[in-house]
Amino acid sequence: MKRELLKFLAFTVFVLLLPLYFQGGYLMNVLVFVGINTMLAIALNLLLGYAGQISLGHAGFFGLGAYLSGILTATYGWNPWLAMPTAAIVVGGLAGLIGFPILKLKGHYLAMATLGLGIIIYIVFNETVDLTGGPSGLSGIPNLAVAGVTFDSDVKNYYLIWGFTLAVILFSLNLANSRVGRALRAVHDSEVAARVVGVNARILKVQIFALSALLSSLAGSLYAHTMTFISPASFGFNFSVELLTMVVIGGLGSVYGSFLGAALLTLLPEFLRAAHDYDIIIYGALLMLMVMFMPGGLVRGIPDLFRKVFKKGGGDSHA
Amino acid sequence: MLRLKNINTYYGKVHALKNVSLHLGEGEIVTLIGANGAGKTTILNTISAVTPASGGEVLFRREPVTALQPDKIVQLGISQVPEGRQVFKPLSVEDNLELGAYLRYRARESKSDIRRDMEQIFALFPRLEERRKQLAGTMSGGEQQMLAIGRALMANPKLLLLDEPSMGLAPLVVQEIFRVLERLRQEHGTTILLVEQNAKAALKLADRGYVLETGKVILEGAADELMENAEVKRAYLGKDKKEIWER
Repeated sequence: MKRELLKFLAFTVFVLLLPLYFQGGYLMNVLVFVGINTMLAIALNLLLGYAGQISLGHAGFFGLGAYLSGILTATYGWNPWLAMPTAAIVVGGLAGLIGFPILKLKGHYLAMATLGLGIIIYIVFNETVDLTGGPSGLSGIPNLAVAGVTFDSDVKNYYLIWGFTLAVILFSLNLANSRVGRALRAVHDSEVAARVVGVNARILKVQIFALSALLSSLAGSLYAHTMTFISPASFGFNFSVELLTMVVIGGLGSVYGSFLGAALLTLLPEFLRAAHDYDIIIYGALLMLMVMFMPGGLVRGIPDLFRKVFKKGGGDSHA
Repeated sequence: MLRLKNINTYYGKVHALKNVSLHLGEGEIVTLIGANGAGKTTILNTISAVTPASGGEVLFRREPVTALQPDKIVQLGISQVPEGRQVFKPLSVEDNLELGAYLRYRARESKSDIRRDMEQIFALFPRLEERRKQLAGTMSGGEQQMLAIGRALMANPKLLLLDEPSMGLAPLVVQEIFRVLERLRQEHGTTILLVEQNAKAALKLADRGYVLETGKVILEGAADELMENAEVKRAYLGKDKKEIWER
């Protein structure tokens, strides 16, 4: 547990010092997205990596958080600090209600049900024009502000978003190492055995689904208040798949893995821009290679790679 | 301590248990023997509420427990060691044992009490202590069986349900496990309901036994009487067998 805490502190220092290196350049804006995507990937990982339940509709919960926050503040003039938790609780509650029937499904069927859910939410964003502004989006969402400081620049937003991201990381690490985390992994491995030791698998699955949606909604609210403009395109099926890719590439059942996956998939397109039209090919090829050679995700693959390189060096010196 | 009254259980349209009645006294070891598909596992799962009964009544310490959820059954003091061990393979031995105490953690029982019980399990199965950090899936079948029993014991059960603990294990390991069951009864007064294919070993350990066939209890009695019963001998103990053409 002590080692976990040290790791977290080291990571926190790294996050806090990173802006000094970039001096507020364009990449700061990208790093804000890394933070938001890290929160989302962790939320999905709690469900997929720990409890073993798939969701192809998480972009929907992300969008619901963004739109609820956006509508409550821009249209109804709520304080953003009140709108965010309200949205999170509503989305979490909604996910709990929907989760009851659909989490009885397993495997492909659960994937289909959550896929459908995500698409329905996306259609609602597009069609309820009076409320959401439809395809042309919702603008005029206020920035968050604390004690006279408005979070309206990339650097300020960086610290705001990463403050929340670090809190989500700490919370998830604690959850994963607790009684509940063990129970989630138990449900993942064998639902029958989990029930026999007294874990109420059905309720637990619904609870983690609701929690995952709640965290996604929080990320959505933060996204709305930093961007100040949202449109349905950001919350479609493609983004659900991208989140899933982050979780798998980063490493299932690892909180830091979710950060690595989110960082890689958010930063990679920025770096590949130099390759112009070929970027999507390189992007796809890199993902394929990673799945082939690092099936445990970056979080396990990178240390393995180091070990292999190190061993090879040792072997050569003997020869 | 436990009484089943006219239990009927269905899997879809299949009538798996037909009017099964049985009882266990405090501190007794009772065994259920019978061929594959006789309903032995179904009886345990009905008691554990994993497969709810559609008719009849289960009484535990005179209280009806038929309509409860599986976690309530564990809370009341009935733990099952499921068929095929079902340990959590990607988790460590320690994590598996901690999961056995899941409901005690949830009830905010003192952690030192739970720790102490874990040490007791290690005293019972020293081999688990050597492997406390090892992943359960990488252990031998015998060790996994010990872990499955240890996990069930972590819930502090008054009644332990065991589903074929000897399945696929070497005779020496089976002996070791059966000795532990005997010790549990002597030292903790644990009541045990044991489902077995290995009828001989089970009847040696048990006080009483029930013989099941296609969902019905066809025989019951003291273990040593069953051991001498001609029908049991022929069908389950492999003695006095008649060759097919002699029938």
